Amino acid sequence: MSSDTSTAVPRPPARNSSAPVLTGAQAVVRSLELLGVTDVFGLPGGAILPVYDPLMDSTELRHILVRHEQGAGHAAEGYASASGKTGVAIATSGPGATNLVTAIADAYMDSVPIVAITGQVFSTLMGTDAFQEADIVGITMPVTKHSFLVKDASEIPGAIAAAFEIASTGRPGPVLVDITKDAQQAEVPFIWPPKVDLPGYRPVTKAHGKQIQAAAQLLATARKPVLYVGGGIIRSHASAELLRLAETTGAPVVTTLMARGAFPDSHPQHLGMPGMHGTVPAVLALQEADLLVALGARFDDRVTGKAALFAPNAQVVHVDIDPAEISKIRVADVPIVGDLRDVLVDLDAAFLGATEGTKPDTEEWWSFLDGLRDEFPLGYAPTSDGLLAPQYVIQRIGELTGPEGVYAAGVGQHQMWAAQFIKYERPNAWLNSGGAGTMGYSVPAAMGAKVAEPDRVVWAIDGDGCFQMTNQELATCVINNIPIKVAIINNSSLGMVRQWQTLFYDGRYSNTDLNTGHDTIRVPDFVKLAEAYGCLALRVETEDQVDAAITTALETNDRPVVIDFVVSADAMVWPMVPQGVSNSYVQYARDHAPAFGQED
Amino acid sequence: MSKHVLSLLVEDKPGLLTRVAGLFARRGFNIESLAVGVTEVPGLSRITVAVDVEELPLEQVTKQLNKLINVIKIVELDQSASVQREHMLIKVRADNQTRSNVIEIVNLFRASVVDYATDALVVEVTGDRGKIEAILRALEPYGIKELAQSGLLAIGRGGKSITERVLRG
Repeated sequence: MSSDTSTAVPRPPARNSSAPVLTGAQAVVRSLELLGVTDVFGLPGGAILPVYDPLMDSTELRHILVRHEQGAGHAAEGYASASGKTGVAIATSGPGATNLVTAIADAYMDSVPIVAITGQVFSTLMGTDAFQEADIVGITMPVTKHSFLVKDASEIPGAIAAAFEIASTGRPGPVLVDITKDAQQAEVPFIWPPKVDLPGYRPVTKAHGKQIQAAAQLLATARKPVLYVGGGIIRSHASAELLRLAETTGAPVVTTLMARGAFPDSHPQHLGMPGMHGTVPAVLALQEADLLVALGARFDDRVTGKAALFAPNAQVVHVDIDPAEISKIRVADVPIVGDLRDVLVDLDAAFLGATEGTKPDTEEWWSFLDGLRDEFPLGYAPTSDGLLAPQYVIQRIGELTGPEGVYAAGVGQHQMWAAQFIKYERPNAWLNSGGAGTMGYSVPAAMGAKVAEPDRVVWAIDGDGCFQMTNQELATCVINNIPIKVAIINNSSLGMVRQWQTLFYDGRYSNTDLNTGHDTIRVPDFVKLAEAYGCLALRVETEDQVDAAITTALETNDRPVVIDFVVSADAMVWPMVPQGVSNSYVQYARDHAPAFGQED
Repeated sequence: MSKHVLSLLVEDKPGLLTRVAGLFARRGFNIESLAVGVTEVPGLSRITVAVDVEELPLEQVTKQLNKLINVIKIVELDQSASVQREHMLIKVRADNQTRSNVIEIVNLFRASVVDYATDALVVEVTGDRGKIEAILRALEPYGIKELAQSGLLAIGRGGKSITERVLRG
């Protein structure tokens, strides 16, 4: 990816005859220290015990003891997503390792740089169904960028250095290092920097000039261009370069769920988020465009709707550091493989050359888009039952906290509302599980983000369903003084599933009622639960209590805060494109589709 | 659908074959044949895969394979620009009445007999798909008791080598 992270691993091998003799376990800790790691999340167990011994003495590594390995994994993700650094999670063999799998898969889908270090049973016991043995390298093969099984102590520094290089460069992703207990115990000379030899790994960062010229030509002549911005902009730290290109070209910008914050929401060229729950202007801009410039975006089905009917009249310029993303879903007319931060600078220059300083005529396009913006602004209707509107709560959290905060969402309705109604002005402010859709991401991810960025206000915007999957990490937060703020958007149900049941299953609410909200037995009582963990806990049931509770949370920094926002269960996420149809059928609200687009 | 032959130059690491085979399965591609073996360079192996796919999905699977850290190089070997061979062992029924006929067929196809028993012969044949299918058809009337077949092997024609220019640094 960016050059500043790729230099983290020194390349030349240095053979030092006076190398200190360390155990493999000490080599793990020493390697992490030498790679500049300062924080790791984990939970010990039999097969990783040797590593935990020297870890106790390390003054450079802060180990944060989680309550569940999944929490360590998501914390590493939150840490990485908020800071751009590589996150680290440590677990033992067998169930410890398998508990990491969800977080690893999540990081794989969202290209999050994390390194997972797991203990493995003695190499002599491998394959015998030994106690707490699991083939974690095999299990995670489909969801890791790469993995290492280390049975020899001398290979530990090299494997860990390579893991960091692979995780953080090119298209980032999770890398697993599985180390047998005997390798951790053996004593070998510790040689640093190790020889990192990856002949099959050479990410392309600098794009072909010819393709850049072709893209610039298309941009110069397009009448209806759209910059379709994906999470790659954030991972390559290319927001400033994107802003420049957008302003040079005057093209409208849409930011996907993974790219919220990559381009300022306040910018007049920003049309918002596209996709299933995107804004009408963003969805229809893509649909009507004659040119899509996809920047680190991957034409996910939640963005395209029925792919064959997506943006039917558009030519496509597709820029990505991963060649496999290009033409995977939609054939690119101009494929560009490279690091966005470099490509955008080149493209900007090429565009200026192609147009000789005159902006292409997009006046008609803009007047159409501005019409959509006027007619279909993001908004929400009052709740049908008179209970608190979840959108209002989330909007106020964003307004009172401001753009310097970090917002980590769970998955479901509250996630979509947090993507819609919080205004993002900077990259790495919005963290969520986009590709995998992992319920339970929020609390541990917020915890990781707060560790990485202790001076920022970090909110977990969670649902009552998601919160119950990983709230045990509140213990970790309280004990380690990680004062995150948790907003439970408590609609007493698995809200997004319930919304689909409302719309597509005749309101038959099969197994979506969680009994945590209004007129229920409230199991668990989130306030009591949070208090039991030692958090400041508040409950908010009416609109007039919202601001005061958020303000109290913002003023409380000696412990985590949990606010149980008890909201209406009937609120739905709009706009919405029903699954499997063209995005032209975007509905602004229930039974309210823009008349536009039907004739073509 | 059309058959494509890919030659993968890979680092000889544990689990490599699982990574490659798993990727094919995960992305929904059927492997028609697979052969793994050493190369002239220590530490490097070569995997020859035959797949039955259209052009565009082939491009996708090739790109995905290239992302595997231990895969160093992938070349598609066009039939006209490469030598492609399969290897088969055929146990065919042959007694005193039929043996000479069977041996005649074996000689005709420039195959060879590698094992003898009173009631059967093991025939070894190397060739392209067409030749192997032809000898099978010829031997079928005598009774084929057992077959073992290797994956397809392929190598580019001419003086260039797949390992050239990949071993820098």
